[in-house]
Amino acid sequence: MDVSRRKFGKLAGLASLAVAAPAIWTSGRAQSRPIRIGGSFSMTGPLSATKAGLVGLQIWRDDVNAKGGLLGRQVELVTYDDQSSVAQIPSIYSKLVDIDKVDILLSPYGAVLSAPVMPFIKQRNRFMAGMFTLASNDGVKSERFFQACPWGPDGKVNWARGFFDIAKASGCKRIAVLNADVEFAKVSAAGGKAAIQEMGLELVFEQSYPPNNSDFSAILRNLRATTPDAVFICSYPPDSTALIRGLSEVGIGDSVKLFGGGMVGPQYAANLQALGAALNGIVNFNLFVPEPTMTNAAVNSFLTRYRAIAVPEKLDALGFYIPPSYYVAGEMIAAAVDGSGSTESAAMATWLHANPVRTRVGTATFNDLGDWTERRVLMTQFQGVKGNDVDQFLQAGRQVILNPPALKSGDLIQPFMKARGA
Amino acid sequence: MFLDQFVNAIGTGVMLGSIYAALALGLAVTFGLLHIPNIAHPAFVIAGAYVVAVGNAYGLDPLLVAVIALVPFYVAGLAFYEFYARLFERRGSADTMNALTLFFGVSLVVETALLIKFGTNQQSVSVAYVGQSLNIGLLSLPYRLLVPAMLAPVMVLILWLYLRYTHSGIAIRAVAHDERALSVSGIDPRWIKRHAFGIAAATAVVAGAALIIIGPVDPFGGRLMIGRAFAVVVLAGMGSLPGTIAAGILIGVSESLVSAFASPSWAPAVAFSILLATLALRPEGLFGARR
Repeated sequence: MDVSRRKFGKLAGLASLAVAAPAIWTSGRAQSRPIRIGGSFSMTGPLSATKAGLVGLQIWRDDVNAKGGLLGRQVELVTYDDQSSVAQIPSIYSKLVDIDKVDILLSPYGAVLSAPVMPFIKQRNRFMAGMFTLASNDGVKSERFFQACPWGPDGKVNWARGFFDIAKASGCKRIAVLNADVEFAKVSAAGGKAAIQEMGLELVFEQSYPPNNSDFSAILRNLRATTPDAVFICSYPPDSTALIRGLSEVGIGDSVKLFGGGMVGPQYAANLQALGAALNGIVNFNLFVPEPTMTNAAVNSFLTRYRAIAVPEKLDALGFYIPPSYYVAGEMIAAAVDGSGSTESAAMATWLHANPVRTRVGTATFNDLGDWTERRVLMTQFQGVKGNDVDQFLQAGRQVILNPPALKSGDLIQPFMKARGA
Repeated sequence: MFLDQFVNAIGTGVMLGSIYAALALGLAVTFGLLHIPNIAHPAFVIAGAYVVAVGNAYGLDPLLVAVIALVPFYVAGLAFYEFYARLFERRGSADTMNALTLFFGVSLVVETALLIKFGTNQQSVSVAYVGQSLNIGLLSLPYRLLVPAMLAPVMVLILWLYLRYTHSGIAIRAVAHDERALSVSGIDPRWIKRHAFGIAAATAVVAGAALIIIGPVDPFGGRLMIGRAFAVVVLAGMGSLPGTIAAGILIGVSESLVSAFASPSWAPAVAFSILLATLALRPEGLFGARR
């Protein structure tokens, strides 16, 4: 067959168009399809109280989409129930990446559930926002992982540093450490012991106990016998409640000036309501409390919207602890996507490493491990709590911020028994 | 200091052990007497705790709510057994594996139902005596543990008297030994088993009241007590009710002593170490009859 030059040119043009068409079509479609953010949530199982975080993320999604989305694309959440089980995590995240083709990942809740997904994101070079994942990136050192919570640099050692700063400033020298035998509590206790050593304090008691321990009388008696000045506790909700009740039943001794630090539980409305005035005097961590030094119109608006959803759904009625961090995760993602002009993991990560992000709870900058360069974990003291009305915790003055100094809203009442009104 | 710790460790251990017995009592009936491994019993206990929490929210005392709820839980137990019997026993396929699968599924359903109805928040009760202790010399007994601990001896005594001195109680003890002989006596074994399941479910609401007085509960709390409850029942000797309380106290005191003088982290291993040692030396359990 004779092919003229003109005919050859036409055929070559048509062939090029045929080859390029799918790419043009896909590219156009990609520009219009939603940005998909995927992650697992503990909708059932022992960690199901953390699903309040999804409400925070949904509020952020609604806000972003109302403003036209990111890069002109709507944001879509792809979530699965991990049943609070580590075993579910690898398959969920493989599905999110390989089948659902999500653009951006959000970690499961906490260090334990996130552990299996960390090597995965490193291997796949994926961007991920870490949700309450203390020190999760210390092992794999992914440069595309960013903490949504302000644990600070070297969070493993330093996240509860504020407790020890207060202890030292109050003249405490003899420190006791008590922790549950679970990952978060063990890591926190190890960090506490490192801080004690670094500050030249004396560790006079250290003890771990099995999770869900319901009676602390023997432990508290042993602890009291060592006459500590401060007691650093790393516990989970059921044991936090039993411990606080044990304080009233057995006592802790007059030597103690400071008690608490890393107790999970007194952040949630149900625990606050159950314990009521028994909380007075305890110094414990939180990520947000409605103190004048911290609250602002944007956070108040967020919490009002959260509560309108959470209360009918029987989620945490206050929403101070978990939901704001999920909103912050959304703000970080939005800043990275808008700033880099891309949903590519590498571009987003590079932008976040180089730029600060303004969030509802303050400005975040990140170090090489994706930790906030400035620790913003609050150490607050319960003061003036009366009865079991949960609404009193919406008022300023019930959880007074003692540390960090920039957010300080009141002074420590000590010794501990005086602060408890004993 | 040593004497103080020792006396209080014994006191706390007795209270904890008594509470373990309360939690295991329903299992002692279904598993110990009927040999049906009802692993959903702890979920029933949690459901009982939730019912008590609801009643307490209306200002009722937890123990009063538990007494009021005895009948509904008894009826629920009847229905539960009927469901099990229709699925397996009537078809002649009531083996242990089928029963375990069913009861595991039932416990998941109970957990999920509680989660949907009450949400994820922990539930608790408000009673005046929580946070106070009864002090007798060196001994300090928190009412938070003392009041629930007093429930087990009462429940065991009532149930023991019932099983020993009433016609239907004796029939319950007989049904596990020889179902056919019971039928020949003119008694419907299925009715007796159903009745026994009802009793076991009724004990769950009392145990639930004990549990929620001690501390807050969530829908998944039952998973934490399955192992210890089975250990108490097997250690007691499968169905021996006074044995259940003795086994519970043995485990409770051992755990408490280990917690006070060694490490609390070792305490959970105590129950199973005692169980293994007992089964090695006395396979029928501490108070079980030799067969």
